[in-house]
Amino acid sequence: MSKIPSALSLGIRRGNLEVRQFARQRESVVFTLLFPVILLAIFGSVFKDTIAPDVTFSQYFLAGMIASGLVNTGFQALAITIPLERDFGALKRLRGTPMPASSYFIGKSILIFISMVIQILLLLGFGILFFGVELPTDINKWITFSWLVLLGSACSTALGIAFSIVPKSGRGASAVVSPIVIILQFFSGVFFVFTQLPTWMQQVAAIFPLKWLTQGMRSVFLPDSFASQEVAKGWETGKTVVILLVWLVIGIFFSVRKFKWDRD
Amino acid sequence: MSLIEVKGLKKSYGDVHAVRGVDLEIEDGEIFSLLGPNGAGKTTTVEIMEGFRTRDSGTVSVLGFDPQTRGHESRKWRDRIGIVLQSSADAGDLTVLETIDHFSGYYSNPRNVDEVIHSVGLVEKENALIRNLSGGQRRRLDVALGIIGNPELLFLDEPTTGFDPEARRAFWALIQNLRSDGTTIVLTTHYLDEAEALADRVAVINGGVIIEVSTPAELGGRATSQATVAWRDGEITKSERSDNPTELVAKLSSHFGGEVPELVVSRPSLEDIYLEMIGGSHE
Ligand SMILES: Nc1ncnc2c1ncn2[C@@H]1O[C@H](COP(=O)(O)OP(=O)(O)OP(=O)(O)O)[C@@H](O)[C@H]1O
Ligand SMILES: [Mg+2]
Repeated sequence: MSKIPSALSLGIRRGNLEVRQFARQRESVVFTLLFPVILLAIFGSVFKDTIAPDVTFSQYFLAGMIASGLVNTGFQALAITIPLERDFGALKRLRGTPMPASSYFIGKSILIFISMVIQILLLLGFGILFFGVELPTDINKWITFSWLVLLGSACSTALGIAFSIVPKSGRGASAVVSPIVIILQFFSGVFFVFTQLPTWMQQVAAIFPLKWLTQGMRSVFLPDSFASQEVAKGWETGKTVVILLVWLVIGIFFSVRKFKWDRD
Repeated sequence: MSLIEVKGLKKSYGDVHAVRGVDLEIEDGEIFSLLGPNGAGKTTTVEIMEGFRTRDSGTVSVLGFDPQTRGHESRKWRDRIGIVLQSSADAGDLTVLETIDHFSGYYSNPRNVDEVIHSVGLVEKENALIRNLSGGQRRRLDVALGIIGNPELLFLDEPTTGFDPEARRAFWALIQNLRSDGTTIVLTTHYLDEAEALADRVAVINGGVIIEVSTPAELGGRATSQATVAWRDGEITKSERSDNPTELVAKLSSHFGGEVPELVVSRPSLEDIYLEMIGGSHE
Protein backbone atom coordinates (compact mmCIF):
# COMPACT_ATOMS: atom_id res chain seq x y z
CA MET A 1 0.00 0.00 0.00
CA SER A 2 1.25 3.48 -0.82
CA LYS A 3 1.78 6.14 1.81
CA ILE A 4 -0.70 8.76 2.96
CA PRO A 5 -0.16 11.95 0.92
CA SER A 6 1.83 14.67 2.69
CA ALA A 7 0.06 17.57 4.38
CA LEU A 8 1.79 20.03 2.05
CA SER A 9 0.83 18.32 -1.19
CA LEU A 10 -2.77 18.03 0.01
CA GLY A 11 -2.64 21.69 1.01
CA ILE A 12 -1.68 22.65 -2.53
CA ARG A 13 -4.47 20.47 -3.93
CA ARG A 14 -6.87 22.19 -1.60
CA GLY A 15 -5.59 25.61 -2.62
CA ASN A 16 -6.27 24.73 -6.23
CA LEU A 17 -9.79 23.62 -5.36
CA GLU A 18 -10.50 26.66 -3.20
CA VAL A 19 -9.46 29.01 -6.02
CA ARG A 20 -11.64 27.17 -8.52
CA GLN A 21 -14.57 27.23 -6.13
CA PHE A 22 -14.08 30.93 -5.37
CA ALA A 23 -13.84 31.84 -9.05
CA ARG A 24 -17.23 30.23 -9.66
CA GLN A 25 -18.96 32.43 -7.09
CA ARG A 26 -19.23 35.46 -9.31
CA GLU A 27 -20.98 37.81 -6.88
CA SER A 28 -18.48 37.26 -4.15
CA VAL A 29 -15.53 37.57 -6.55
CA VAL A 30 -16.81 40.91 -7.75
CA PHE A 31 -17.73 42.11 -4.30
CA THR A 32 -14.54 41.05 -2.54
CA LEU A 33 -12.15 42.24 -5.20
CA LEU A 34 -13.86 45.36 -6.49
CA PHE A 35 -15.27 46.83 -3.29
CA PRO A 36 -11.96 48.43 -2.20
CA VAL A 37 -11.49 49.82 -5.70
CA ILE A 38 -14.95 51.36 -5.54
CA LEU A 39 -14.12 52.88 -2.16
CA LEU A 40 -10.92 54.27 -3.59
CA ALA A 41 -12.89 55.82 -6.45
CA ILE A 42 -15.37 57.45 -4.07
CA PHE A 43 -12.90 58.76 -1.51
CA GLY A 44 -10.40 59.79 -4.15
CA SER A 45 -13.03 61.85 -5.95
CA VAL A 46 -14.51 63.45 -2.84
CA PHE A 47 -11.33 64.40 -1.00
CA LYS A 48 -9.01 66.13 -3.39
CA ASP A 49 -6.88 68.03 -0.89
CA THR A 50 -3.19 67.80 -0.43
CA ILE A 51 -2.29 66.77 3.09
CA ALA A 52 1.42 67.50 2.91
CA PRO A 53 3.84 68.73 0.26
CA ASP A 54 3.71 66.20 -2.63
CA VAL A 55 1.12 64.04 -0.84
CA THR A 56 -2.54 63.98 -1.88
CA PHE A 57 -5.27 62.41 0.18
CA SER A 58 -5.78 59.85 -2.62
CA GLN A 59 -2.23 58.64 -2.18
CA TYR A 60 -2.65 58.47 1.56
CA PHE A 61 -5.92 56.65 1.11
CA LEU A 62 -4.48 54.22 -1.43
CA ALA A 63 -1.86 53.10 1.10
CA GLY A 64 -4.65 52.59 3.62
CA MET A 65 -6.82 50.68 1.15
CA ILE A 66 -4.01 48.29 0.25
CA ALA A 67 -3.51 47.59 3.94
CA SER A 68 -7.27 47.16 4.46
CA GLY A 69 -7.36 44.89 1.44
CA LEU A 70 -5.10 42.54 3.37
CA VAL A 71 -7.62 42.54 6.20
CA ASN A 72 -10.70 42.30 3.97
CA THR A 73 -9.62 39.46 1.73
CA GLY A 74 -8.04 37.55 4.61
CA PHE A 75 -9.46 38.10 8.05
CA GLN A 76 -12.91 39.25 7.03
CA ALA A 77 -13.46 36.75 4.21
CA LEU A 78 -12.33 33.75 6.29
CA ALA A 79 -14.10 34.71 9.49
CA ILE A 80 -17.32 34.88 7.46
CA THR A 81 -16.95 31.96 5.05
CA ILE A 82 -15.56 29.34 7.44
CA PRO A 83 -18.61 29.49 9.75
CA LEU A 84 -20.76 29.11 6.62
CA GLU A 85 -18.82 26.02 5.55
CA ARG A 86 -19.20 24.72 9.08
CA ASP A 87 -22.97 25.22 9.01
CA PHE A 88 -23.27 23.44 5.66
CA GLY A 89 -21.51 20.42 7.09
CA ALA A 90 -18.71 20.74 4.55
CA LEU A 91 -16.09 20.96 7.30
CA LYS A 92 -17.43 17.92 9.11
CA ARG A 93 -17.16 15.91 5.94
CA LEU A 94 -13.52 16.98 5.59
CA ARG A 95 -12.88 16.08 9.23
CA GLY A 96 -13.95 12.53 8.44
CA THR A 97 -11.18 12.08 5.88
CA PRO A 98 -7.44 11.63 6.47
CA MET A 99 -6.83 15.18 5.24
CA PRO A 100 -5.13 17.02 8.13
CA ALA A 101 -6.20 20.44 9.39
CA SER A 102 -2.89 21.91 8.23
CA SER A 103 -3.77 21.10 4.60
CA TYR A 104 -7.07 22.88 4.98
CA PHE A 105 -5.25 25.92 6.38
CA ILE A 106 -2.65 25.84 3.59
CA GLY A 107 -5.46 25.71 1.01
CA LYS A 108 -7.10 28.76 2.53
CA SER A 109 -3.78 30.61 2.65
CA ILE A 110 -3.23 29.99 -1.06
CA LEU A 111 -6.70 31.28 -1.91
CA ILE A 112 -6.23 34.36 0.27
CA PHE A 113 -2.78 35.11 -1.09
CA ILE A 114 -3.95 34.96 -4.69
CA SER A 115 -6.97 37.14 -4.10
CA MET A 116 -4.79 39.65 -2.22
CA VAL A 117 -2.36 39.90 -5.10
CA ILE A 118 -5.20 40.48 -7.55
CA GLN A 119 -6.70 43.09 -5.27
CA ILE A 120 -3.43 44.95 -4.82
CA LEU A 121 -2.84 44.99 -8.59
CA LEU A 122 -6.34 46.38 -9.14
CA LEU A 123 -5.86 49.10 -6.52
CA LEU A 124 -2.45 50.09 -7.82
CA GLY A 125 -3.61 50.11 -11.43
CA PHE A 126 -6.61 52.22 -10.55
CA GLY A 127 -4.55 54.57 -8.40
CA ILE A 128 -2.00 55.11 -11.15
CA LEU A 129 -4.58 55.64 -13.88
CA PHE A 130 -6.97 57.97 -12.10
CA PHE A 131 -5.34 59.48 -9.03
CA GLY A 132 -1.81 60.25 -10.11
CA VAL A 133 -0.29 57.72 -7.75
CA GLU A 134 3.36 57.06 -8.53
CA LEU A 135 5.06 53.76 -7.88
CA PRO A 136 8.22 53.91 -5.76
CA THR A 137 11.48 53.57 -7.65
CA ASP A 138 13.64 52.68 -4.66
CA ILE A 139 14.26 48.92 -4.50
CA ASN A 140 14.25 49.04 -0.70
CA LYS A 141 10.67 50.23 -0.76
CA TRP A 142 9.71 47.22 -2.83
CA ILE A 143 11.46 44.96 -0.38
CA THR A 144 9.48 46.54 2.45
CA PHE A 145 6.34 46.16 0.36
CA SER A 146 7.02 42.46 -0.23
CA TRP A 147 7.48 41.51 3.40
CA LEU A 148 4.54 43.67 4.42
CA VAL A 149 2.31 41.79 1.99
CA LEU A 150 3.67 38.39 3.01
CA LEU A 151 3.59 39.02 6.74
CA GLY A 152 0.32 40.93 6.52
CA SER A 153 -1.46 38.24 4.56
CA ALA A 154 -0.12 35.48 6.82
CA CYS A 155 -1.27 37.39 9.86
CA SER A 156 -4.65 38.19 8.35
CA THR A 157 -5.21 34.59 7.25
CA ALA A 158 -4.23 33.10 10.61
CA LEU A 159 -6.41 35.56 12.52
CA GLY A 160 -9.32 34.95 10.15
CA ILE A 161 -9.14 31.20 10.74
CA ALA A 162 -8.79 31.77 14.48
CA PHE A 163 -11.71 34.21 14.58
CA SER A 164 -13.94 31.78 12.67
CA ILE A 165 -14.63 30.05 16.00
CA VAL A 166 -16.35 33.18 17.37
CA PRO A 167 -19.53 33.49 15.26
CA LYS A 168 -22.15 31.06 16.52
CA SER A 169 -23.64 30.51 13.07
CA GLY A 170 -22.82 31.10 9.46
CA ARG A 171 -25.71 33.47 9.00
CA GLY A 172 -24.63 35.65 11.90
CA ALA A 173 -20.95 35.71 11.00
CA SER A 174 -21.07 38.75 8.77
CA ALA A 175 -22.90 40.76 11.45
CA VAL A 176 -20.17 39.92 13.97
CA VAL A 177 -17.15 40.37 11.73
CA SER A 178 -17.92 43.30 9.45
CA PRO A 179 -18.40 45.95 12.18
CA ILE A 180 -15.10 44.95 13.76
CA VAL A 181 -13.30 45.46 10.47
CA ILE A 182 -15.02 48.77 9.73
CA ILE A 183 -14.30 50.16 13.19
CA LEU A 184 -10.68 49.07 12.89
CA GLN A 185 -10.46 50.83 9.54
CA PHE A 186 -11.73 54.07 11.07
CA PHE A 187 -9.41 53.80 14.07
CA SER A 188 -6.37 52.82 12.04
CA GLY A 189 -6.29 55.83 9.76
CA VAL A 190 -7.64 54.26 6.59
CA PHE A 191 -10.48 56.72 6.01
CA PHE A 192 -8.95 59.66 7.88
CA VAL A 193 -5.45 60.92 8.38
CA PHE A 194 -4.27 58.99 11.42
CA THR A 195 -2.67 61.93 13.22
CA GLN A 196 -5.95 63.83 13.12
CA LEU A 197 -7.75 61.13 15.14
CA PRO A 198 -8.22 61.50 18.91
CA THR A 199 -5.29 60.10 20.87
CA TRP A 200 -7.36 57.37 22.53
CA MET A 201 -8.36 56.07 19.09
CA GLN A 202 -4.75 56.05 18.02
CA GLN A 203 -3.84 54.11 21.14
CA VAL A 204 -6.56 51.52 20.60
CA ALA A 205 -5.57 51.14 16.96
CA ALA A 206 -1.93 50.61 17.91
CA ILE A 207 -2.85 47.31 19.58
CA PHE A 208 -4.09 45.82 16.30
CA PRO A 209 -2.24 44.92 13.10
CA LEU A 210 -4.16 47.16 10.68
CA LYS A 211 -2.64 50.40 12.00
CA TRP A 212 0.84 48.98 11.45
CA LEU A 213 0.01 47.71 8.00
CA THR A 214 -1.36 51.08 6.89
CA GLN A 215 1.65 52.90 8.29
CA GLY A 216 3.92 50.37 6.60
CA MET A 217 2.16 50.90 3.28
CA ARG A 218 2.57 54.66 3.68
CA SER A 219 6.28 54.08 4.13
CA VAL A 220 6.21 52.43 0.71
CA PHE A 221 3.93 54.74 -1.25
CA LEU A 222 4.51 58.15 0.33
CA PRO A 223 7.75 60.14 0.13
CA ASP A 224 10.15 59.63 3.01
CA SER A 225 9.70 63.26 3.97
CA PHE A 226 6.25 62.26 5.20
CA ALA A 227 7.72 60.07 7.92
CA SER A 228 8.09 63.12 10.14
CA GLN A 229 4.31 63.59 9.96
CA GLU A 230 3.60 60.23 11.61
CA VAL A 231 2.72 60.09 15.28
CA ALA A 232 6.12 58.61 16.14
CA LYS A 233 7.94 60.93 13.71
CA GLY A 234 9.18 57.89 11.83
CA TRP A 235 8.01 54.74 10.01
CA GLU A 236 8.68 52.40 13.01
CA THR A 237 9.56 49.52 10.70
CA GLY A 238 11.05 47.30 13.41
CA LYS A 239 8.08 47.72 15.71
CA THR A 240 5.75 46.89 12.82
CA VAL A 241 7.50 43.58 12.21
CA VAL A 242 7.35 42.65 15.89
CA ILE A 243 3.68 43.47 16.29
CA LEU A 244 2.68 41.62 13.12
CA LEU A 245 4.70 38.59 14.21
CA VAL A 246 3.06 38.56 17.64
CA TRP A 247 -0.40 38.62 16.04
CA LEU A 248 0.65 35.91 13.59
CA VAL A 249 1.66 33.66 16.48
CA ILE A 250 -1.59 34.37 18.32
CA GLY A 251 -3.55 33.58 15.15
CA ILE A 252 -1.73 30.32 14.50
CA PHE A 253 -2.05 29.24 18.13
CA PHE A 254 -5.84 29.64 18.21
CA SER A 255 -6.27 28.19 14.70
CA VAL A 256 -4.41 25.05 15.61
CA ARG A 257 -5.76 24.62 19.12
CA LYS A 258 -9.35 25.76 18.83
CA PHE A 259 -10.49 25.20 15.25
CA LYS A 260 -14.07 23.90 15.12
CA TRP A 261 -15.12 21.51 12.36
CA ASP A 262 -18.61 20.95 13.59
CA ARG A 263 -21.50 23.04 14.80
CA ASP A 264 -21.80 21.25 18.14
CA MET B 1 -10.51 -9.10 19.02
CA SER B 2 -13.53 -7.72 17.16
CA LEU B 3 -13.15 -4.97 14.60
CA ILE B 4 -15.30 -2.68 16.71
CA GLU B 5 -15.75 -3.05 20.46
CA VAL B 6 -17.98 -0.76 22.44
CA LYS B 7 -18.47 -1.25 26.18
CA GLY B 8 -20.71 0.67 28.54
CA LEU B 9 -21.01 3.63 26.21
CA LYS B 10 -22.88 6.62 27.62
CA LYS B 11 -23.56 10.05 26.21
CA SER B 12 -25.86 12.84 27.38
CA TYR B 13 -26.62 16.24 25.92
CA GLY B 14 -27.53 18.29 28.98
CA ASP B 15 -30.37 16.28 30.50
CA VAL B 16 -31.09 14.28 27.34
CA HIS B 17 -29.63 10.83 27.90
CA ALA B 18 -29.08 9.92 24.26
CA VAL B 19 -27.03 6.76 24.83
CA ARG B 20 -27.40 4.93 28.12
CA GLY B 21 -24.94 2.08 28.30
CA VAL B 22 -24.43 0.48 24.89
CA ASP B 23 -22.31 -2.64 24.31
CA LEU B 24 -21.52 -3.77 20.77
CA GLU B 25 -19.10 -6.11 19.08
CA ILE B 26 -18.86 -5.92 15.33
CA GLU B 27 -16.85 -8.57 13.51
CA ASP B 28 -14.54 -8.29 10.56
CA GLY B 29 -16.39 -8.60 7.25
CA GLU B 30 -19.96 -8.39 8.45
CA ILE B 31 -22.75 -5.97 7.67
CA PHE B 32 -24.03 -4.80 10.99
CA SER B 33 -27.18 -2.74 11.19
CA LEU B 34 -28.36 -0.42 13.94
CA LEU B 35 -32.11 -0.28 13.67
CA GLY B 36 -34.23 2.10 15.69
CA PRO B 37 -36.80 4.89 15.58
CA ASN B 38 -36.10 8.63 15.47
CA GLY B 39 -34.08 9.82 18.44
CA ALA B 40 -33.08 6.28 19.47
CA GLY B 41 -29.39 7.23 19.67
CA LYS B 42 -28.16 5.71 16.40
CA THR B 43 -26.36 8.76 15.09
CA THR B 44 -24.89 9.53 18.49
CA THR B 45 -23.50 5.99 18.79
CA VAL B 46 -22.15 5.92 15.26
CA GLU B 47 -20.60 9.39 15.44
CA ILE B 48 -18.80 8.44 18.62
CA MET B 49 -17.35 5.45 16.78
CA GLU B 50 -16.35 7.79 13.93
CA GLY B 51 -14.52 10.14 16.29
CA PHE B 52 -16.87 13.09 15.73
CA ARG B 53 -18.36 13.17 19.19
CA THR B 54 -16.89 12.64 22.61
CA ARG B 55 -18.34 10.12 25.03
CA ASP B 56 -19.22 10.59 28.67
CA SER B 57 -18.13 7.11 29.71
CA GLY B 58 -17.38 3.65 28.41
CA THR B 59 -14.69 2.35 26.09
CA VAL B 60 -14.66 2.33 22.30
CA SER B 61 -12.20 0.59 20.03
CA VAL B 62 -12.51 0.86 16.26
CA LEU B 63 -9.89 -1.04 14.22
CA GLY B 64 -7.97 -1.29 17.48
CA PHE B 65 -7.95 2.46 17.89
CA ASP B 66 -9.71 4.86 20.25
CA PRO B 67 -11.59 7.28 17.98
CA GLN B 68 -10.99 10.17 20.40
CA THR B 69 -7.24 10.07 19.71
CA ARG B 70 -5.89 12.91 17.60
CA GLY B 71 -2.71 13.51 15.62
CA HIS B 72 -0.90 11.52 12.96
CA GLU B 73 -2.14 8.15 14.21
CA SER B 74 -5.66 9.39 13.64
CA ARG B 75 -4.82 10.25 10.02
CA LYS B 76 -3.66 6.70 9.42
CA TRP B 77 -6.83 5.44 11.05
CA ARG B 78 -9.06 7.70 8.96
CA ASP B 79 -7.28 6.43 5.87
CA ARG B 80 -8.85 3.03 6.62
CA ILE B 81 -12.44 4.10 7.24
CA GLY B 82 -15.18 5.62 5.11
CA ILE B 83 -18.01 7.72 6.46
CA VAL B 84 -21.40 8.67 5.10
CA LEU B 85 -22.96 11.11 7.53
CA GLN B 86 -26.68 11.37 8.12
CA SER B 87 -26.62 14.85 6.65
CA SER B 88 -23.88 16.66 4.85
CA ALA B 89 -23.69 19.22 2.12
CA ASP B 90 -21.16 21.17 0.15
CA ALA B 91 -21.23 24.69 -1.15
CA GLY B 92 -21.98 23.14 -4.52
CA ASP B 93 -19.72 25.08 -6.86
CA LEU B 94 -17.80 22.00 -7.97
CA THR B 95 -18.83 19.20 -10.26
CA VAL B 96 -19.42 15.63 -9.17
CA LEU B 97 -16.28 14.47 -10.94
CA GLU B 98 -14.09 17.26 -9.52
CA THR B 99 -15.30 16.57 -6.00
CA ILE B 100 -14.84 12.81 -6.07
CA ASP B 101 -11.49 13.14 -7.82
CA HIS B 102 -10.35 15.66 -5.21
CA PHE B 103 -11.37 13.48 -2.28
CA SER B 104 -9.62 10.50 -3.82
CA GLY B 105 -6.37 12.43 -3.37
CA TYR B 106 -6.76 12.31 0.42
CA TYR B 107 -6.25 8.55 0.64
CA SER B 108 -3.24 6.32 0.31
CA ASN B 109 -5.01 3.68 -1.73
CA PRO B 110 -8.14 5.15 -3.33
CA ARG B 111 -10.56 3.37 -5.60
CA ASN B 112 -10.78 4.29 -9.24
CA VAL B 113 -12.79 7.52 -9.61
CA ASP B 114 -14.70 6.46 -12.73
CA GLU B 115 -15.61 3.12 -11.21
CA VAL B 116 -16.96 4.79 -8.10
CA ILE B 117 -19.01 7.25 -10.15
CA HIS B 118 -20.35 4.34 -12.12
CA SER B 119 -21.15 2.25 -9.07
CA VAL B 120 -23.30 4.97 -7.50
CA GLY B 121 -25.04 5.67 -10.81
CA LEU B 122 -23.86 9.23 -11.35
CA VAL B 123 -22.17 8.78 -14.73
CA GLU B 124 -24.67 11.04 -16.50
CA LYS B 125 -24.25 13.69 -13.82
CA GLU B 126 -20.50 13.62 -13.46
CA ASN B 127 -20.05 17.06 -15.00
CA ALA B 128 -23.02 18.62 -13.24
CA LEU B 129 -22.45 21.13 -10.45
CA ILE B 130 -23.35 19.72 -7.07
CA ARG B 131 -25.80 22.56 -6.49
CA ASN B 132 -27.84 21.28 -9.44
CA LEU B 133 -28.18 17.68 -8.22
CA SER B 134 -31.46 16.33 -6.89
CA GLY B 135 -31.68 15.22 -3.26
CA GLY B 136 -31.23 11.56 -4.09
CA GLN B 137 -28.32 12.32 -6.42
CA ARG B 138 -26.59 14.29 -3.69
CA ARG B 139 -27.04 11.35 -1.39
CA ARG B 140 -25.37 9.11 -3.97
CA LEU B 141 -22.49 11.56 -4.07
CA ASP B 142 -22.25 11.22 -0.27
CA VAL B 143 -22.00 7.48 -0.71
CA ALA B 144 -19.36 7.90 -3.43
CA LEU B 145 -17.27 10.07 -1.12
CA GLY B 146 -17.66 7.48 1.64
CA ILE B 147 -16.25 4.66 -0.47
CA ILE B 148 -13.67 6.51 -2.60
CA GLY B 149 -10.90 5.81 -0.08
CA ASN B 150 -11.36 2.06 -0.44
CA PRO B 151 -12.13 1.69 3.27
CA GLU B 152 -11.79 -1.46 5.37
CA LEU B 153 -14.66 -0.20 7.46
CA LEU B 154 -17.58 1.80 6.15
CA PHE B 155 -20.10 3.72 8.29
CA LEU B 156 -23.41 4.55 6.68
CA ASP B 157 -25.89 6.67 8.61
CA GLU B 158 -29.26 6.29 6.89
CA PRO B 159 -27.66 6.19 3.49
CA THR B 160 -30.76 5.59 1.39
CA THR B 161 -32.88 8.49 2.63
CA GLY B 162 -34.27 10.13 -0.49
CA PHE B 163 -33.47 7.24 -2.84
CA ASP B 164 -36.12 6.06 -5.26
CA PRO B 165 -36.89 2.31 -5.13
CA GLU B 166 -34.60 1.53 -8.05
CA ALA B 167 -31.72 3.49 -6.56
CA ARG B 168 -32.26 1.69 -3.27
CA ARG B 169 -31.98 -1.71 -4.96
CA ALA B 170 -28.86 -0.58 -6.80
CA PHE B 171 -27.43 0.68 -3.53
CA TRP B 172 -28.10 -2.63 -1.81
CA ALA B 173 -26.26 -4.41 -4.60
CA LEU B 174 -23.34 -2.00 -4.20
CA ILE B 175 -23.18 -2.69 -0.46
CA GLN B 176 -23.28 -6.43 -1.01
CA ASN B 177 -20.41 -6.09 -3.49
CA LEU B 178 -18.39 -4.11 -0.99
CA ARG B 179 -18.98 -6.79 1.60
CA SER B 180 -17.84 -9.51 -0.73
CA ASP B 181 -14.66 -7.48 -1.25
CA GLY B 182 -14.15 -7.77 2.51
CA THR B 183 -15.41 -4.38 3.69
CA THR B 184 -17.02 -4.31 7.11
CA ILE B 185 -20.14 -2.17 7.09
CA VAL B 186 -22.01 -0.45 9.92
CA LEU B 187 -25.38 0.75 8.73
CA THR B 188 -28.05 2.65 10.60
CA THR B 189 -31.53 2.60 9.21
CA HIS B 190 -35.23 2.98 9.94
CA TYR B 191 -36.09 0.63 7.13
CA LEU B 192 -36.77 -2.94 8.17
CA ASP B 193 -36.55 -4.24 4.63
CA GLU B 194 -33.13 -2.65 4.31
CA ALA B 195 -31.88 -4.28 7.49
CA GLU B 196 -33.42 -7.58 6.42
CA ALA B 197 -31.95 -7.44 2.92
CA LEU B 198 -28.45 -6.37 3.91
CA ALA B 199 -27.55 -7.09 7.50
CA ASP B 200 -25.85 -10.17 8.85
CA ARG B 201 -26.74 -8.97 12.30
CA VAL B 202 -29.13 -6.33 13.53
CA ALA B 203 -29.04 -4.41 16.80
CA VAL B 204 -32.35 -2.87 17.74
CA ILE B 205 -31.82 0.33 19.70
CA ASN B 206 -34.42 2.43 21.42
CA GLY B 207 -34.15 5.16 24.03
CA GLY B 208 -30.38 4.85 24.03
CA VAL B 209 -30.27 1.16 24.93
CA ILE B 210 -29.75 -1.92 22.79
CA ILE B 211 -32.81 -4.12 23.07
CA GLU B 212 -31.52 -7.08 21.13
CA VAL B 213 -28.76 -8.15 18.77
CA SER B 214 -29.40 -11.04 16.39
CA THR B 215 -29.73 -12.07 12.77
CA PRO B 216 -32.75 -10.59 10.97
CA ALA B 217 -34.33 -14.04 10.76
CA GLU B 218 -34.12 -14.65 14.49
CA LEU B 219 -34.97 -11.18 15.68
CA GLY B 220 -37.39 -11.20 18.61
CA GLY B 221 -37.53 -15.01 18.52
CA ARG B 222 -39.16 -14.71 15.12
CA ALA B 223 -37.91 -18.05 13.86
CA THR B 224 -39.32 -19.93 16.81
CA SER B 225 -42.34 -17.83 17.67
CA GLN B 226 -45.81 -19.28 17.64
CA ALA B 227 -47.60 -19.44 14.35
CA THR B 228 -51.20 -18.40 13.98
CA VAL B 229 -53.51 -20.85 12.22
CA ALA B 230 -56.83 -19.42 11.02
CA TRP B 231 -59.74 -21.09 9.21
CA ARG B 232 -63.47 -20.80 8.70
CA ASP B 233 -65.83 -23.02 10.57
CA GLY B 234 -69.36 -22.53 9.24
CA GLU B 235 -70.10 -18.81 9.60
CA ILE B 236 -67.26 -17.89 11.98
CA THR B 237 -63.54 -17.45 11.43
CA LYS B 238 -61.51 -19.20 14.08
CA SER B 239 -57.84 -18.80 14.90
CA GLU B 240 -55.42 -20.50 17.22
CA ARG B 241 -51.78 -19.86 18.19
CA SER B 242 -49.65 -22.94 18.09
CA ASP B 243 -46.09 -24.19 18.49
CA ASN B 244 -46.90 -27.09 16.18
CA PRO B 245 -48.97 -25.65 13.37
CA THR B 246 -48.45 -28.65 11.10
CA GLU B 247 -50.00 -30.96 13.66
CA LEU B 248 -52.94 -28.58 14.09
CA VAL B 249 -53.48 -28.36 10.33
CA ALA B 250 -53.43 -32.18 10.05
CA LYS B 251 -56.06 -32.40 12.78
CA LEU B 252 -58.20 -29.79 11.07
CA SER B 253 -57.82 -31.55 7.78
CA SER B 254 -59.15 -34.84 9.13
CA HIS B 255 -61.93 -32.93 10.93
CA PHE B 256 -63.07 -31.32 7.66
CA GLY B 257 -62.34 -34.46 5.66
CA GLY B 258 -59.68 -32.92 3.41
CA GLU B 259 -59.66 -29.23 2.50
CA VAL B 260 -59.73 -26.77 5.44
CA PRO B 261 -61.90 -23.72 4.51
CA GLU B 262 -59.90 -20.47 4.13
CA LEU B 263 -56.83 -21.87 5.83
CA VAL B 264 -54.09 -19.33 6.73
CA VAL B 265 -50.89 -20.12 8.61
CA SER B 266 -48.83 -17.05 9.48
CA ARG B 267 -45.88 -15.99 11.56
CA PRO B 268 -45.33 -12.44 12.80
CA SER B 269 -43.59 -10.28 10.22
CA LEU B 270 -40.31 -8.60 11.05
CA GLU B 271 -42.27 -5.40 11.26
CA ASP B 272 -44.69 -6.81 13.85
CA ILE B 273 -41.80 -7.99 15.97
CA TYR B 274 -39.89 -4.77 15.61
CA LEU B 275 -42.84 -2.56 16.48
CA GLU B 276 -43.54 -4.72 19.51
CA MET B 277 -39.91 -4.45 20.58
CA ILE B 278 -39.80 -0.68 20.40
CA GLY B 279 -43.15 -0.47 22.14
CA GLY B 280 -45.12 0.83 19.19
CA SER B 281 -48.44 -0.60 18.09
CA HIS B 282 -49.14 -2.06 14.72
CA GLU B 283 -52.12 -1.50 12.41
N1 LIG C 1 -25.99 17.71 19.30
C1 LIG C 1 -27.04 17.42 20.08
N2 LIG C 1 -27.42 18.26 21.06
C2 LIG C 1 -28.46 17.97 21.84
N3 LIG C 1 -29.20 16.86 21.75
C3 LIG C 1 -28.88 15.99 20.79
C4 LIG C 1 -27.78 16.22 19.90
N4 LIG C 1 -27.70 15.19 19.06
C5 LIG C 1 -28.69 14.34 19.39
N5 LIG C 1 -29.40 14.82 20.43
C6 LIG C 1 -30.54 14.13 21.09
O1 LIG C 1 -30.12 12.83 21.42
C7 LIG C 1 -31.12 11.88 21.11
C8 LIG C 1 -30.56 10.83 20.15
O2 LIG C 1 -30.30 11.44 18.91
P1 LIG C 1 -29.65 10.69 17.69
O3 LIG C 1 -29.38 11.71 16.65
O4 LIG C 1 -28.50 9.90 18.16
O5 LIG C 1 -30.84 9.75 17.24
P2 LIG C 1 -31.00 8.85 15.94
O6 LIG C 1 -31.30 7.48 16.41
O7 LIG C 1 -29.88 9.02 15.03
O8 LIG C 1 -32.34 9.46 15.32
P3 LIG C 1 -32.77 9.63 13.78
O9 LIG C 1 -33.30 8.32 13.35
O10 LIG C 1 -33.86 10.66 13.85
O11 LIG C 1 -31.58 10.09 13.02
C9 LIG C 1 -32.29 12.66 20.57
O12 LIG C 1 -33.20 12.86 21.62
C10 LIG C 1 -31.70 13.96 20.13
O13 LIG C 1 -32.63 15.00 20.27
MG1 LIG D 1 -29.69 9.67 13.15
